[in-house]
Amino acid sequence: MSPTSAPSKDQDGGAALPSQNRRGRAAGRRPFVRFLVRRIVTALLLALGITLVTFILTNLVPGDPAAANLGQRAIGDPAIVAQWRADHGLDKPLPQQYLIHLSGVLHGDFGQSQQSHRPVADDLAEFVPATLELAGAAILISLVLGVAFGVVAALRRDRLSDHILRVTSLFGISVPTFWLALVAFYVFFYRLQITPGSGRIDPGMTAPPHVTGLYTIDAALSGQWDVFASAAAHLITPALVLALYTIGLLTRFTRSAVLEVLGQDYVRAARAKGLPARVILFRYVLRSALVPVITVAGLAFGSLLSGTVLVEAIFAWPGIGQYAYKSATSLDLPAVMGVGLVVGVVYLVINLIVDVLYGVIDPRVRIS
Amino acid sequence: MIRRLTEGGRGGRRGGLTRRLPEAWRQPLAIVGGVVAFAWIVIALAAPLVAPHDPLAQELPRLAPPGPGHWFGTDQLGRDILSRVLYGARVSIPLTLLLVALSVLIGGLLGACAGYFGRWVDETIMRLADLVFAFPTIILAMVVAAALGASLGNAVLAVLVVAWPAYARVTRGLVLGIREREFVMSGRLLGFSAWRSLRVDVLPNVTGPVLVLATLDIGTALLLLSGLSFLGLGAKPPSPEWGAMVASGVDVFDSWWVATFPGLAILTVVLAFNFLGDTLRDALDPRTARAIKERAI
Repeated sequence: MSPTSAPSKDQDGGAALPSQNRRGRAAGRRPFVRFLVRRIVTALLLALGITLVTFILTNLVPGDPAAANLGQRAIGDPAIVAQWRADHGLDKPLPQQYLIHLSGVLHGDFGQSQQSHRPVADDLAEFVPATLELAGAAILISLVLGVAFGVVAALRRDRLSDHILRVTSLFGISVPTFWLALVAFYVFFYRLQITPGSGRIDPGMTAPPHVTGLYTIDAALSGQWDVFASAAAHLITPALVLALYTIGLLTRFTRSAVLEVLGQDYVRAARAKGLPARVILFRYVLRSALVPVITVAGLAFGSLLSGTVLVEAIFAWPGIGQYAYKSATSLDLPAVMGVGLVVGVVYLVINLIVDVLYGVIDPRVRIS
Repeated sequence: MIRRLTEGGRGGRRGGLTRRLPEAWRQPLAIVGGVVAFAWIVIALAAPLVAPHDPLAQELPRLAPPGPGHWFGTDQLGRDILSRVLYGARVSIPLTLLLVALSVLIGGLLGACAGYFGRWVDETIMRLADLVFAFPTIILAMVVAAALGASLGNAVLAVLVVAWPAYARVTRGLVLGIREREFVMSGRLLGFSAWRSLRVDVLPNVTGPVLVLATLDIGTALLLLSGLSFLGLGAKPPSPEWGAMVASGVDVFDSWWVATFPGLAILTVVLAFNFLGDTLRDALDPRTARAIKERAI
């Protein structure tokens, strides 16, 4: 039972002859390839655009990068400055500088952080798993709660529970994440002491053996359940804080998607046939209502990645969000650009996957 | 089927604004949102009259908890937090409104150009918009603000960079869609000039959705702007900007009042505009309206 059947059956025409059907399917396959190629090419162009944006922004900076990177004494010596500029390709024309920058990025060279004095790529590689764990947990929470709330709100439209969910979800998209993180930290850790403090595991514990870099999964894989419990306990508050915005977003979206499907003729027909409400909900309504939710979930992931910058700083979560926060506050430009580049590309890839998935599920998308 | 087509045509032609707005205003959410938003605008205008203290004056005691002398307590430098929160409205609210107005203007203009001229103009503008959409918002705003240098003006510019494409996309889509609709065609066939057709048939259908987007965007813009200030990329001390005030509360988080009240200020403003925007969207979105109408039958 594939989720595609409901819309595609209508389009193919259920009573088509077998030969016609086969021809139809063969013709249908090529548009998908074209769709796939077009999406991948667009994504590649956008990735190129992202590198161009970070390059242009880096060059916008007033002030001499040589001055920022060389010591006080070296700056006084024109020969050293000229040598440094030549080493970094700064004496070449801008287009050529961009190509140098691009080839550096393709080779994983994002420059050197002025703060940690390490290559930005090394810094990022170290911090990415923590953010993936946090953002992954948050998107899971958002999908489960957001979809459930949205369905409940749609089914109980204009009743008390719908109104409460509407206000709650608007609250979710209105609360400043950085502030909520601080309040949650203060209330649950400092006052009530029911959640552990900052970081990914308790201070006395050693991290589980590195497999994925995600502490909860690594701990479970190695059977260290005490470490798993600690990692999960540390994860839950920041993940919930981070998820609140996307829960609100997905609740609102799911509600209107379900409402729209509920008004369709085929749902009314199913109801008229006397099918049980549960069957109508799961087989008729959710199957088509949840398809567009996938796209929104992909876009919501972008706001999650944005949110990590504001949440990780408060919970001292050692991810790229905290790294971005520290780099931004100290105006460590190569590091900030590195984060922008990596997060931009990650977001692009996720939305590419979502788009393609959407094309697989809903054939109508491929035609446009 | 026929009824639905004609219904869509009529709904489109008269434009949602004039007919559906009064209904929207009677919704409790819209009333609460409107009252709170209005109150904040009054506070922004009248801050010097209502604030009990000078927002920058440093007095003892420092970090005093909320009490009779200082309702919201004082911060690390002994400044009255209530006065700072009230004065903060003068920083954040006008800047946010200006920001959204500029985004509507720039995005709307570029989107209309893209939709109207098509071809390479469309391609250039929309690919630029795609590029902005390729970044998560705060990340791009942060990157832009960091590159331009930390100041409130640059933070506004950074948010503007990430905010305009939404309007460009919506306006372009609307202009493209409406240009081909029957009621526009029939207007042209009846001898409407291009300008009259644009004013009577196209514009009313564009302003509704753009207005809703703008109302909803006020909240988002304020969240972004205060977020940048929280990151240290916006307002500079001693400016009583709410995001920067929350940031200063991080260092003394056991004195909960330092961060709590400015955060609540952001929350109430954003919530008020989202209440308004959400009600407007429900009232003006033909799809939701139709879905509800059909269910009611």
